[in-house]
Amino acid sequence: MTKRFKTGYTIGIIILAIVVAMLLGAVILWAIGADVFKTYLVILTEPLKNKIGVTEVLLRMVPLMTIALGITVAYRSGIINIGAEGQMAIGILATTAVALGFPELPSFVLIPFAVLAGAVGGAAWGFIPGFLKAKLEVSELLSTVMLNYIAAQLYTFFLRGPMLDPAELTMGSGTPQSMRLTRNLDLTRFIKGTRIHTGLFIALALAVIIFFLLWKTSYGYKMRAAGASERAARYGGINVPKYLIIAMMISGAFAGIAGSIEIAGVHRRAIEGVTSGYGFSGIVVALFGGLHPAGIVPAAFFFGLLIYGADMTQRLVGVPANMVQVLQGIIILVIVSTKMILANPYLMQRVERRWYALFGKKESTKEVKA
Amino acid sequence: MNFVINILSLGIPFSVALLIASLGEMFNQRSGIFNLGCEGMMAMGAFLGMLVPYSIGQGANVPGIYNYLGLLLAIVVGALLGLFFGLVVVTFRAPQGIAGIGMQMFGVGTAGTLFRHFIGGTQSVPGISTAPIPGLANIPILGPLFFNHNPLVYVAFLLVPLAWYVLFKTPWGLRVRAVGTHPRAADSIGIQVNKVRLQALAVGGALAGLAGAYLSLCQAKMFSDEIIAGRGFIAVALVYFGQWHPVKIMGGALLFTLAQALQLAIQGLGIDFPYEFLVMLPYLLVIIVLAVSRKSKLMGPTALGKPFNREMRT
Repeated sequence: MTKRFKTGYTIGIIILAIVVAMLLGAVILWAIGADVFKTYLVILTEPLKNKIGVTEVLLRMVPLMTIALGITVAYRSGIINIGAEGQMAIGILATTAVALGFPELPSFVLIPFAVLAGAVGGAAWGFIPGFLKAKLEVSELLSTVMLNYIAAQLYTFFLRGPMLDPAELTMGSGTPQSMRLTRNLDLTRFIKGTRIHTGLFIALALAVIIFFLLWKTSYGYKMRAAGASERAARYGGINVPKYLIIAMMISGAFAGIAGSIEIAGVHRRAIEGVTSGYGFSGIVVALFGGLHPAGIVPAAFFFGLLIYGADMTQRLVGVPANMVQVLQGIIILVIVSTKMILANPYLMQRVERRWYALFGKKESTKEVKA
Repeated sequence: MNFVINILSLGIPFSVALLIASLGEMFNQRSGIFNLGCEGMMAMGAFLGMLVPYSIGQGANVPGIYNYLGLLLAIVVGALLGLFFGLVVVTFRAPQGIAGIGMQMFGVGTAGTLFRHFIGGTQSVPGISTAPIPGLANIPILGPLFFNHNPLVYVAFLLVPLAWYVLFKTPWGLRVRAVGTHPRAADSIGIQVNKVRLQALAVGGALAGLAGAYLSLCQAKMFSDEIIAGRGFIAVALVYFGQWHPVKIMGGALLFTLAQALQLAIQGLGIDFPYEFLVMLPYLLVIIVLAVSRKSKLMGPTALGKPFNREMRT
């Protein structure tokens, strides 16, 4: 098998995968009678046409990236975290509690403190499925989903009860939200007239940290070993359950941090709908980014674009914003399938034989020239 | 006493969607496929089930037959989604957990997108109404508990012995269990492992679609984005809890009914208790149940979650 054929084959399959993904999306778009080409065009280009659009994409990139980094740590360690949604909610609650409790602290103390609280909250929520998986063999897929629902209820409970805005209570519109948190918690919005905040740099710093953690420390090595082959890792003397729990806690902590940053940078109070599906989109970002920080940064930008673009399709082409969830689902299915197809040497050999049978002469002359 | 019976007879229909979906999931898992996409298939079923009577009657009463056409459409599309999932996890051998999440997002997203286009806001349908069984419904206590329900409730509970019969007494059931327990052995005696798994996925998807349509046509009589509310995932957990056996799964589904009934009872009695904690209850119960029933893995299909590759030596 020539190297050239191998690269060509890989590229061909990836192009085929992209085409299939877009076609599957097109089927749904066609079913609702939308202009398929225009919809894709709006989603992919409309947000990038002005300053506001670009910064809004970057704004959505921050939580996506943070969560995806956490999910990567878990995935690499052999545990799939689909509970980021709930971990994020708990992180927000912890951050809000700190901000409500210590409104007088100066920014440079309060912000790290509040973000840390968010991380601890998320980590605690991530500990539960990690522990259940490591010690009691409970499928993390199910426990994290259940914890999402539980966290969502806890979240509304706190926003309706202990953390409810006193103004809401007297004015009585009854919107479940906390009061406007102290200005000392605000992350600076560094471009005038837009909402983009310094959380972007925190998220980028976290990407570097994750790279070093996973590839440059023995902790990361052990976690990746546990994920690559549990039995081999155990044989190598790695305490697999311990690293599973740690990975899940890191994963939860990152989701919690994402929540803290959203509160401090965008909403500035705890309200309903902050998580808005970021936990699930984070999974797609992590997979799309090849489970590596260097891939996750651009992947998060791409999905920020997709999510913000989908918000616009409703107005411009009459396609509901739910379409982005459809596309994400398709992308997951196509990515996992493509990975397996590429990893199948038998299939590649068969394609190669067929290829040479059809175009044998052309290929061989090229080979001679090269 | 009357109060308890009222609560229970209200509670039993709540278990139906779970019961149907987890019977379907049982076939999937018995054949070795962990189908986490159940939630998405249910969402599609719920939307399609309602779409047919809604688009024909625009909210007005329509002849009952259209409700059943809706059910049929939900079943057919559910089976197709099952096959589509099978293409990914059986034919391409993709990891089932993550593919299931993709399937869930695809199903829930598609249902939501189509719903906004074809129906729009909160619209209700008359749906399928209760059909008391003549004679039996008048028996005190047992009547309201068991014989005064929606036709689909009876169907769901009849599905339990049917599923048992199919799984344990028919050649196809034996093949399903064989490919889920030892696919290589099954392969060596000429069973086409992937074909049987695809068939099981189609059955599971069809039942998931039916379960979803039950929710929109019989229980809520409307569709919303949150209509499934994690029931697909609870159904997957119920299969573990029920140790892959239809009767035990039914027991599990009824246990969840109790949790629901308790919730209704507390709300009905007007006890001042934050309702968020009551809504949490079933989800909390799933985690506890999974933690407690871990030993049952020994009896589970041993090839669960493992793709079968004929060309690979083991």
